[in-house]
Amino acid sequence: MTRQRAIYLDYQATTPLDPRALAAMRPFLEDHFGNPHSDHHGYGHDAATAVESSREEIASLIAADPREIIFTSGATESNNLAIKGAARFVENRRRHMVTVVTEHKCVLESVKSLETEGFSNTILPVRPNGLIDLDALDAAISDDTALVSVMGVNNEIGVVQRLHDIGQLCRARGVLFHTDCAQAAGKISLNVEEMAIDLMSISAHKMYGPKGIGALYVRRRPRVRLEPLFSGGGQERGIRSGTLPAFLCVGFGAAAAAAQQDMPAERVRLDGMHGRLRAGLLAIPGTTLNGDADQRWPGNLNVAFPGIDAQELLDALADDIAAATGSACTSAAVEPSYVLQAIGLDHAAAASAIRLGLGRQTTLEEIDAAASQIAGAVDALRVVARTSAD
Amino acid sequence: MAAPRVYLDHNATTPILDVARAATNDALDLLGNPSSVHRFGAGARQIVDHARDQVAKLVGAKTSTVIFTSGGTEANNLAILGADRPVIVSAAEHDSVLAPSRISINGVTVVPVDGDGVIDLRALETMLATRPGALVSLMLANNETGVCQPIREAVALAREVGALVHCDAVQGPGKVPFDFDALGVDMLTVSAHKFGGPMGTGALVVRKGFYPSAQQVGGGQEGYRRAGTQNVPGIAGFGAAAQWWIENDIGLTVVMKLRDRLELACREFGATVFGADAERLPNTSCLTMPGVSSETQVMAFDLDGIAISAGSACSSGKVGPSHVLAAMGAPPELAASAIRVSLGWNTREDDIELLTAAWTALYRRKSPAPSTRLVS
Repeated sequence: MTRQRAIYLDYQATTPLDPRALAAMRPFLEDHFGNPHSDHHGYGHDAATAVESSREEIASLIAADPREIIFTSGATESNNLAIKGAARFVENRRRHMVTVVTEHKCVLESVKSLETEGFSNTILPVRPNGLIDLDALDAAISDDTALVSVMGVNNEIGVVQRLHDIGQLCRARGVLFHTDCAQAAGKISLNVEEMAIDLMSISAHKMYGPKGIGALYVRRRPRVRLEPLFSGGGQERGIRSGTLPAFLCVGFGAAAAAAQQDMPAERVRLDGMHGRLRAGLLAIPGTTLNGDADQRWPGNLNVAFPGIDAQELLDALADDIAAATGSACTSAAVEPSYVLQAIGLDHAAAASAIRLGLGRQTTLEEIDAAASQIAGAVDALRVVARTSAD
Repeated sequence: MAAPRVYLDHNATTPILDVARAATNDALDLLGNPSSVHRFGAGARQIVDHARDQVAKLVGAKTSTVIFTSGGTEANNLAILGADRPVIVSAAEHDSVLAPSRISINGVTVVPVDGDGVIDLRALETMLATRPGALVSLMLANNETGVCQPIREAVALAREVGALVHCDAVQGPGKVPFDFDALGVDMLTVSAHKFGGPMGTGALVVRKGFYPSAQQVGGGQEGYRRAGTQNVPGIAGFGAAAQWWIENDIGLTVVMKLRDRLELACREFGATVFGADAERLPNTSCLTMPGVSSETQVMAFDLDGIAISAGSACSSGKVGPSHVLAAMGAPPELAASAIRVSLGWNTREDDIELLTAAWTALYRRKSPAPSTRLVS
């Protein structure tokens, strides 16, 4: 059995389940076991009703219509469905996709996998602060561009892209705008109308909901048409077949409602903790902050400690702190983060960075303890390095 | 609406087993992404790996790989689209096999079934002769009729020409014994919520050395065959349900006797039982009420507190003729009066007595016999 007393600072990988979400889910793990698609009998009807009210809660979080919410198994599926689905839709004659070098792997892989189906792509660079250049985006869009995909909050460096400006630009240029908001939904205010978003991916477990469920927002007016990723019973308006897991949908809905309610207060709280942790870490000689200093989600802090091997640092801290060097999905890989390299860090600098994720259960005591433990560990590793160099 | 008391729709979904609920609940309390390196990640990873072993054991797959998916539909799509070969399917397959087959760029051929719903092996052999590199997809047992397919015989035919076989075994666990290795298939689909596990998780079990190409790409989860953070609580419940069936081979002879008793009673009034002469799941009955539409029966029984269905749950919203019964050559007016009754491990004698009584009463009230005009 693993000891779990370590300070959890990996909220970008996954978040603890909100007690309100858990409470909402429990009954659906008890006797409300109907298949929500068997709504001709009582069991199925109860499940279907609960799923629909969850859909409303999720829609409300992003100012959408409930009919625009398609349940999926998570943000990876949502991103695959949005990108491949829009490209493959039979009436789409455009054969060019635009995305950004710092996107999540599942966006980049989806765009790249379309190459074998005859789609070209432009992978936009980012500026050293991690934000895209709107002029570069404008220049990348052509008459053949079907879709632009830009994430809301970066999972590694926490920078917040200007969704409103990007959305308006895409709208003006007549291309679909998809945004991966796995790290943004429930954390920053999102409005699909104001931001002119056509497709948005959301993940429940990144916003204190359960794993195994996510959603894709699909605009109805004007209607965005998608080819399904997989097909069968024709559930979710034919866009996504498969029995809906009612208990997960309900947990997702409750998490969305809770996040909407808590958002302003949580933002203030995290801003305070972020500032304190950042000050503590930047006091360690040589430390640099990755990503824009201001336009960022406070629940993320990505810092580089020159001369330090980040994995060695995390190993040294393993009993006290659970953090990551980057995306969990690729954390088995030894290659340093492609996101950090994209913002201009060289191989060595990228390999010296750690990502700290803060969230609802993070306390000031934990922040202070983490800052001093990290400082101590960095110092110890530098002493070792100096000693062995002598 | 009357409170439902009798649940006889186990082929749509099953109640969750206590052990599966407990495992799911425990995992819901646990923090960690299975792909994370740290101890929180390791804890989640341990749960997923343990469940993977349990699922493999349940289906009798000793050296194969379990790829966790969001359920049976996704697993079937992964098998069909991921094999990247011409597809041969039976006419009675589930929509989640038929639909991806239709869009497969390699083409699809449909093997007919006989009046009992069993595939024509000679037709399969003929088709394989001209499509030696095909993927044959056959279900272990049909969700609407319970009719079993001769998987081993089909595998033997496929082997001769080098074709692959996928088996949709979603209706298998908890209903009929089967063994991945003994069947000799290359891929097999299972779904947790069809045998006491939670909804939202399933698996495609693949023979060692064969991998379908990923349809959902991203992080390197599931050996690069299915990207996305695993549904840890769902998978924990999936594993626990699998373990329960490994340890509690309750045998469904009791259930079969109850099912047979129902059919015997209904047949006295002229009910037709589809697939009655074929090898069938012990829990499933697809039977007609002469002259009374499926919808009328489903709604009437629901008012009586009995949950059954008019066919596959997935398509029950759009009430149309069953493609399964049509493939068996059932006349449309006969198919339009069919319902599916599917029993579970917890079905008791009382449940069947209630349904039998309700069925008989409805028949007496609604059936226009001796004419067979349809009442809707």
